[in-house]
Amino acid sequence: MSDIILKTEGLTKHYGGVQALEGANFEIRKGEHVAIMGDNGAGKSTFVRQITAVEQRTAGKVWFDGEEVDFKGPLEAREAGIETVFQNLALADALNVPDNLFLGREIFKFKLGPFSVLDYKAMREKTLASLEKTGVKIPNINNAISNMSGGQRQCVAIARTATFHSKLTIMDEPTAALGVQETAQVENIIRTLKEAGEPLILISHNMRQVFDLVDRIVVFRRGKIVANLRKEETSGEDVVSYITGAKTAPEYAENA
Amino acid sequence: MSASQHGLGGLKYDPKKRHRPPELNVFFALILIVGAFEVLGRLFVGDSFLFNTRDRVDTLFNEPRLKIIVLQVAIIGIIALGVTQVIISGGIDLSSGSIVGAVAMIATAFAQASVNQYGMDNLKPILGEAYLNLPLIVPIVVGLFAGLVAGVVNGALIAYAKIPPFIATLGMMLFARGVANWTTKGVPISYLQESYAEIGAGMNPVFIFIALAVLMHFLLRYTKYGKHTYAIGSNEQAARMSGIEVERLKVLIYAIAGILSAVAAIVMSSKALTGQSGMGLMYELDAIAMAVIGGVSLAGGRGSILGTCIGALIYGVIISGFTFLKLDAFYQEMAKGAIIVGAVVLDQWRARKQAAKS
Repeated sequence: MSDIILKTEGLTKHYGGVQALEGANFEIRKGEHVAIMGDNGAGKSTFVRQITAVEQRTAGKVWFDGEEVDFKGPLEAREAGIETVFQNLALADALNVPDNLFLGREIFKFKLGPFSVLDYKAMREKTLASLEKTGVKIPNINNAISNMSGGQRQCVAIARTATFHSKLTIMDEPTAALGVQETAQVENIIRTLKEAGEPLILISHNMRQVFDLVDRIVVFRRGKIVANLRKEETSGEDVVSYITGAKTAPEYAENA
Repeated sequence: MSASQHGLGGLKYDPKKRHRPPELNVFFALILIVGAFEVLGRLFVGDSFLFNTRDRVDTLFNEPRLKIIVLQVAIIGIIALGVTQVIISGGIDLSSGSIVGAVAMIATAFAQASVNQYGMDNLKPILGEAYLNLPLIVPIVVGLFAGLVAGVVNGALIAYAKIPPFIATLGMMLFARGVANWTTKGVPISYLQESYAEIGAGMNPVFIFIALAVLMHFLLRYTKYGKHTYAIGSNEQAARMSGIEVERLKVLIYAIAGILSAVAAIVMSSKALTGQSGMGLMYELDAIAMAVIGGVSLAGGRGSILGTCIGALIYGVIISGFTFLKLDAFYQEMAKGAIIVGAVVLDQWRARKQAAKS
């Protein structure tokens, strides 16, 4: 399983009596872009929260980069190389672009505990390099995040993944709140990631976007995976019938 | 639109483009206010606020007045430096004035001499004969340590007991004032050693203030400590997810604020040649006002030491200006109140404008 970057087996999450996620078997290969689709409350976000260790799973196993892992928190997952772009962006509004990219991972001129001196120049140069790499264009990186449009903010959040050479990027509805042009900009960045061979899990409700961007579509329904479809072998109609429950793939029949 | 054509919407790099620093607006306000007093002075009092008008003195500016202004703001300004970083982190510190009172009493109790400058014997040493004529380092270290302890308690209550900063520091404000009154049951402490009196002599408070302002500016601007302070004030959740140890940082922020209050207490009691339990009364509000006037946002995440320094000058100019115009002290207090509220209104307005833009 050398080229499998992430694999889950029987991943399960219960909130009290509610079974939000039930026995999810999922895998993604290096360089692959996979979409997760499903209705609201189907367990998509719950699934992501277990992988990124924002929550602790009830049962199941997770392998990442060839090793079985049990992250204690989101930081550990991030340090291992799973970078998540959340729907509600985790950015500090009053800080500028390099500050946000390097928040918690600053580069220092010299270390002195909490009073370590920052190396602004190095951080600025690395920021420009990674923005270039992802194709993100921002008028002025010295600008505070609060002065930027929703699309630009989303781009900054995504640019983090490129800066720190993450092994797997997860995006939770990255374009849900964006306009047409901004959505196009984010989609272009996703294509850049694809060209660079970086694997991605994309949660989206946008059928057109999913068919444009990914290789494979995994459908969740009522906490279970009900379909695993190659893009070329399926259609929008097909996916909708899996989402609504009109259809269930034969190999997942026991999940229906 | 083809896949290779990135970055739609006409956006491009321009790293050279910079925003006008908000401190500039505060600085213009300072000039405007000085100008207003200059004009009002010439109209109503027949004197210049800024310039020298006495025949026999050969200076351009009215140096005594300017000296008094900076001296007045220097001591509260030291407190305001600590309050600034607390507010930037999204908190508030109401205890700074009371910490000044408590530390002034504690430090001066260790700074007593056996004989005062008139050769009179100290008949009632506060801590007993054994604690007279101690080296200068003792009252300074004891005083700073007391401030540190108060700050750490503030920080721990806020970070670990999850008490809102307003309540935690309100409690400390009452407690520290109680400590100040309890040390000598309200009796002022005098017979201070000459070495202790030197600390705040002449223009020393101003030099101490400037040195500390430069240090705090450096800490907030160029270190991890400062960057993370802005980050937790701007979006605590994001800061936490980025791996910042929010709790430990908060304790450190309030600890530094406590130490700065202690410095102010030592300078103040040294300048006054006495320790009094009422010292620093309401200084917390003056310090907060200086910060807010200087552009520090009460919502957190925004502001700077430079802004607070200009805010402190504005505060000093207004107080001095009212005296210069021979207005009653009551008007001064009313004006102070109006300025604080006005600065917050301005801050809210700025925040709304920001929100509307994005």
